[in-house]
Amino acid sequence: MTKLVYFAWVRERVGKPDETVDLPASVTTVAALLDWQKTRGEEYAHAFEHASVIRVALDKTHAQHDAALGNAREIAFFPPMTGG
Amino acid sequence: MPAEMARLTAGRADIGGIVAFTGLCRDEGGRLKALELEHYPGMAEDEIGRVARTALERWPLMGLTAIHRYGLIAPGEDIVLVIAASAHRRAAFEAADFMMDYLKTRAPFWKREHLIDGTTGGWVEAKAEDDAAAARW
Repeated sequence: MTKLVYFAWVRERVGKPDETVDLPASVTTVAALLDWQKTRGEEYAHAFEHASVIRVALDKTHAQHDAALGNAREIAFFPPMTGG
Repeated sequence: MPAEMARLTAGRADIGGIVAFTGLCRDEGGRLKALELEHYPGMAEDEIGRVARTALERWPLMGLTAIHRYGLIAPGEDIVLVIAASAHRRAAFEAADFMMDYLKTRAPFWKREHLIDGTTGGWVEAKAEDDAAAARW
């Protein structure tokens, strides 16, 4: 099982702050996971419509879209950061 | 901020320069009631630590402080504080500048506007110039 967490407008569009899912065996990279998210319903299609702008963190560490998911237990999705 | 500065200099006399940057919440011409800062608990602390360790490797610093607030912040209040101390000014200036550029583009915080008319505005959009600023280092 993998915990997915969402922040800012990604969280609002998905409609929940986090969830626990069974990822399909074919989903082994960040890019494949973003594609899979789009297929999970209307709210996900909306949230992940422009997947190229969404940032992903594997176990609280930034990851590029071509990165392998490995054994990540917590995967976060969020817009570009606007702190500071 | 004076308290945080005193903490860096307490009991030592080898520091030659301290640079402090404070980021504040603007009122955006009277339009803004507050900024809401959402953060990713755990990763925000980790990422600030990673950025700070990089600064400590790149510049000969004698002290480094980074504090980032979250939650509702009113206009005029502090959002972020970075203090860099070194024997000479150049390292302190550069390290503080680097810290701010990297915190803005790597630390997981997101701003949303709460407006004076009681409505919640949109999420603040990331600026390309912030990425360009971070790429300088």
